[in-house]
Amino acid sequence: MINKQVSGVQEAIAGVSDNMTCMFGGFGLSGIPENAIAALVKSGVTGLTCISNNAGVDDFGLGLLLHQHQIKKMVSSYVGENDEFERQMLSGELDVELIPQGTLAERCRAAQAGFPAVYTPAGYGTEVAEGKETREFDGKMYVLEHAFKADFAFVKAWKGDAAGNLIFKGTARNFNPNMCGAAKITVAEVEELVQVGELDPNQIHIPGIFVQRIFQGEKYEKRIEQRTVRKRE
Amino acid sequence: MALDKNGIAKRIAKEVQDGYYVNLGIGIPTLVANYVRDDIEVEFQSENGVLGMGPFPFDGEEDADIINAGKQTITTLPGASFFDSAMSFSMIRGQHVHLTILGAMEVAENGDIANWKIPGRMVKGMGGAMDLVASAENIIVAMMHTNKAGESKLLKRCSLPLTGVGCVKKIVTNLAVLEVTDSGFKLLERAPDVSVEDIQKATEGTLIVEGDIPEMKL
Repeated sequence: MINKQVSGVQEAIAGVSDNMTCMFGGFGLSGIPENAIAALVKSGVTGLTCISNNAGVDDFGLGLLLHQHQIKKMVSSYVGENDEFERQMLSGELDVELIPQGTLAERCRAAQAGFPAVYTPAGYGTEVAEGKETREFDGKMYVLEHAFKADFAFVKAWKGDAAGNLIFKGTARNFNPNMCGAAKITVAEVEELVQVGELDPNQIHIPGIFVQRIFQGEKYEKRIEQRTVRKRE
Repeated sequence: MALDKNGIAKRIAKEVQDGYYVNLGIGIPTLVANYVRDDIEVEFQSENGVLGMGPFPFDGEEDADIINAGKQTITTLPGASFFDSAMSFSMIRGQHVHLTILGAMEVAENGDIANWKIPGRMVKGMGGAMDLVASAENIIVAMMHTNKAGESKLLKRCSLPLTGVGCVKKIVTNLAVLEVTDSGFKLLERAPDVSVEDIQKATEGTLIVEGDIPEMKL
């Protein structure tokens, strides 16, 4: 067994320096690497380019890094629900690249899987395709989208082991598996780090080969963005 | 009388067939789930990574790890599955999802759709909308026929930045059901007590009226 376990979040974020490109798993606030984000805020690293579907909310998730002006550029598909983000974007302090959600996922997966680029129909004929190569296949038009190049990928899983194997829970899975192995170094934080051998190999979502560092997060707030319930009859 | 949002959802629900996998957008499309006949089997997909969505959870049973694309807490039904974002869009791009229902700011008579950006206003992003409209074979747009200023949303050409080109097949509004054809918007049905003239007045794009136009059955 190749041991990927690190002592904690400090060792997990070692090597992150100014102006790097980092991926962050999560959809909204679900399945975000809370502990890594908190440590990056404390580290004071700045000028980051962040690849993440969303940008958090004002006081949680990537919103915390935004608040400290540590992010130079966001690459996302949807960035609503964040006043500070809006302020920085409109004032020109923050560079924003909006890309279709499926394209975001596939550019991660391409990086993970060793494809330099992929053709997608998404965005053809829109401003998203401006300046990009297009090509017709079987009468339909496609846009060439390049694999991401990132220094770090920060992902969050439900369970994992020291070998780096990961299991996700519910829709907190989202972009996390697609970002594993899509950057030079993948840092996985888990709610529960179990003994090697405890996870059933049949049930593992991401094999440890895609993960360089793993640790158990100290605590998880797991904030709900839109608590929606129905009345009991 | 023009339909309200629930009326639009009710009419669209009649388009949902047994065995369909369906992706519902935010807004009016979300309401469609409330009106699907209960004698057919349908599974709802949410592009953040769940197939087989159920109703909202009971108070106290909500789970931060189980949400829909609107970031609302949800439940799952027996037979449901979770998956990653790449696989979710494989379902969409690969045309495994049978029907996509989404809202729009503008639709053009050539099937172009604009629903993500208004120049000069804060842009929140397209989310999965561009992937959905570029890939789905069967797209129904659910929207009001006119905007808040009373201007038509069914146009010759979209004025707003596009989400997708030539992709919309059918539109259900508060006034009518229309099909996008090579020669324009073909009027299929009228909302109850809405006249063809009312629809004509509210439609900037080419409206094709052939024979008697039946009233919607809700």
